[in-house]
Amino acid sequence: MFEFLDKFMPGILESLLPRASSYAIEIDVLFDVITILVGFWFFLVLGYFFYLIFRYRQRDGHKAEYISGETHKQKQAIEIPHYLILVCDVAIIIPTFLVWFNIKIDIPPPEEEVRIVAQQWAWTFYHAGEDRVLGTDDDIVTVNELHIKNNTQYSYHLESRDVMHSFSVPVFRLKQDAIPGRVISGHFKPILEGEWDIQCAEMCGVAHGIMGARIFIRSEAEHNAWLAANSPNSNGAGILAAAEQILSQEKEDQNNG
Amino acid sequence: MAEVAHADVSHGEHHDDHHEPSFWSKYIFSTDHKIIGFQYMFTGMAMALIGGYFAYVFRMQLAFPGSSIPFWGTLSPAAYNSLVTNHGTIMIFWVAMPVLIAAMGNFLIPLMIGCDDMVFPRINRLSYQIFLLSAVVLLASFFVPGGAFGGAWTSYAPLSAKAQYNSTPFGAPLWLIAVTLEIVAFLLGGINFITTTMNARAKGMKLYEIPMIVWMIVIASILFMCSVGPLVAGAVMLLFDQTLGTAFFDANAGGDPVLWQHLFWFFGHPEVYVVLLPAMGIVAEVTCTFARKKLFAYKLILYSSIGLGILSFFVWAHHQFISGVDPRATYLFTTTTLLISIPVAIILFAFVATLYGGSIRFTTAMLFALAFTGEFLLGGVTGIWLGSSGTDIYLHDTYFVLAHFHYTFVPIAIIATFAAIYYWFPKMFGRKMNETWGKIHFWGTIIGFNGIFIPLFILGAGGQHRRIYNFQNYPDLAGADMQDMRVFATMSLIVMLVFQIPFLINFIVSIKRGEKAGNNPWKANTLEWVAPSPPPHGNFGPVLPEVYRGPYEYSVEGREKDYWPQNEKPESEAT
Repeated sequence: MFEFLDKFMPGILESLLPRASSYAIEIDVLFDVITILVGFWFFLVLGYFFYLIFRYRQRDGHKAEYISGETHKQKQAIEIPHYLILVCDVAIIIPTFLVWFNIKIDIPPPEEEVRIVAQQWAWTFYHAGEDRVLGTDDDIVTVNELHIKNNTQYSYHLESRDVMHSFSVPVFRLKQDAIPGRVISGHFKPILEGEWDIQCAEMCGVAHGIMGARIFIRSEAEHNAWLAANSPNSNGAGILAAAEQILSQEKEDQNNG
Repeated sequence: MAEVAHADVSHGEHHDDHHEPSFWSKYIFSTDHKIIGFQYMFTGMAMALIGGYFAYVFRMQLAFPGSSIPFWGTLSPAAYNSLVTNHGTIMIFWVAMPVLIAAMGNFLIPLMIGCDDMVFPRINRLSYQIFLLSAVVLLASFFVPGGAFGGAWTSYAPLSAKAQYNSTPFGAPLWLIAVTLEIVAFLLGGINFITTTMNARAKGMKLYEIPMIVWMIVIASILFMCSVGPLVAGAVMLLFDQTLGTAFFDANAGGDPVLWQHLFWFFGHPEVYVVLLPAMGIVAEVTCTFARKKLFAYKLILYSSIGLGILSFFVWAHHQFISGVDPRATYLFTTTTLLISIPVAIILFAFVATLYGGSIRFTTAMLFALAFTGEFLLGGVTGIWLGSSGTDIYLHDTYFVLAHFHYTFVPIAIIATFAAIYYWFPKMFGRKMNETWGKIHFWGTIIGFNGIFIPLFILGAGGQHRRIYNFQNYPDLAGADMQDMRVFATMSLIVMLVFQIPFLINFIVSIKRGEKAGNNPWKANTLEWVAPSPPPHGNFGPVLPEVYRGPYEYSVEGREKDYWPQNEKPESEAT
């Protein structure tokens, strides 16, 4: 449905940044639908407003009329547009529910999983490694770099070690707050190869402004090559990853007082 | 009832009439509602200058990252966060609230309903004193070790709850204490507005003959009182977390950090309408006077405002769509949020319809009132993208949000306030402000304002997030065209700020040298224009006015004059 609607839409968000996830198109189309409905009302009312200002400016020999706005006929000038706005609201609410359900509630069975841990002021990503299971020896742990495979359905599990953070990937149109004490799961499916920003979208302290990361979306072959090169079982990276884990665990212990 | 209230007030007050009061008792410890209104207004204007200066500093940093900023120096990330946080806090709690509700409410309510003072003048004085203390506490937080709080004006826990996270061991509690004191001040003021309006109206003034701005301030005060309880409770809990080591918002010890967001936004969203309604009241008064028209559908506006107030209690979680609340809850909050468009649209349509058939005088006050309607329309409609939970996933916490709420708050706190100042200045000081300089000020303000925030809509839709002190750290946001837009926004801000200088000069010079105004320079109907300009202590002299008709009887057919003051006796009785 969204692919079909997209053909008739101006594509405002896509003109500003690419769509790199399967559901980006849904948010883009919803954005355009709202733009069209709201833009229609905005320019209609603003245009009429300027017309009235011009038409009823003070002129010699012209006296204002006495209109109370309390008679039934006069009130219709407001009541009829207000029912039309109600219709527009419903026209926005229905696709909103669809988009929200698809992105935030309905989590498809994942092909790959990734664990994301936010802390002041860095992102730690736990890639499942070649066995595709999180929490095993071959997990690849990186800081501020998320490596994922194109055209693959991912589930993510988002945690925070200290304060509120927010995992935001603008090219995915995805955002989710990380809450200390909770693991929040969601999903995405990349559809475009490339390298883009991840931003922290929730004020998280002094260095919030530099709490960025990069997302690397690669083809299956390139991604597998990256996995092999960084696998903790194949070279010294595993020790590094373990050291990283210990370091962040220590910070957590400090934070927990 | 009205008689009783008058008697109480005059009993407590008349000692001032016997001798010339000293400067201190006349201007500093006065219980006169007009002086307290001025105290709020001047404090609010001073705080607006500070908030505007903060905006200038951090916008300069965003446009020219890392360079030395004139009148500041280089800006550190911690200082950037403090300025952004306190810009928001000051503009809402120390500018919009005191000027729109406290200054206008204090100055206008007794004058417009035809009584000699508030029914609780000493509570009124206490209200301002606590407010002043709160402002001092907030400003003091900039001079303590660690600096002022920088965890955003929403002050989300656990960042705000622990000094090890926010690095401001003294700034964070001081910020919280200042906000709490400010709220106490407005609770005291609100009691006065509601009680005075209900009990001390001039003889003959029926409920449907109360001027719209008085209704709006009363509704706003009720909204404020109903919504503020959870925030005060939350503020005390957060203060305990900060200072006593409790764990209300600490997940590691069994607390819940999201709880703070609920408590904050349950107050925070009605708060928007607390400042919006008085602004709409100002616009209603000014529009009717200068269009020489009766307010279109008075009762419909009144009921829509009450409906808007009630509905505003059921929308708060739209600030938390992506913050870990149950995702199914958004179905409810998206629906209630989009329904807000109905009462707001009714009120704005009524303002537009009021112009129909009018004879519009383009005074500076009227230009600002018209600008409010036009600009707020954009602020209102851009809320639809954010109220829709689907698009909010992407737009949440971007500059799109920032531009949206500035398109609501600037018309409210800046544009409507200027309309009020230009309109009631003759009543406040007995002289008019200069219209030519007023129009120069108007165009500089409006052009500057749009120049700031239209580019920010585009940057936000392009994925730029808020509260980041240097976008050059993000390769996707460091492009030259995006940076050009940031520079353009900053330049527009400087234009807007520079054009406030003619206003300040005009304001100060006109107090002493402006054209003499007389009692009713705008030929308006409401009761404040019956009193002398400026009104003396006790407002109307020995005889309080009586009311015979509604406040908006302009251009009534069959009358020679195009206005009909509320207190003018009907001709049948006069002869």
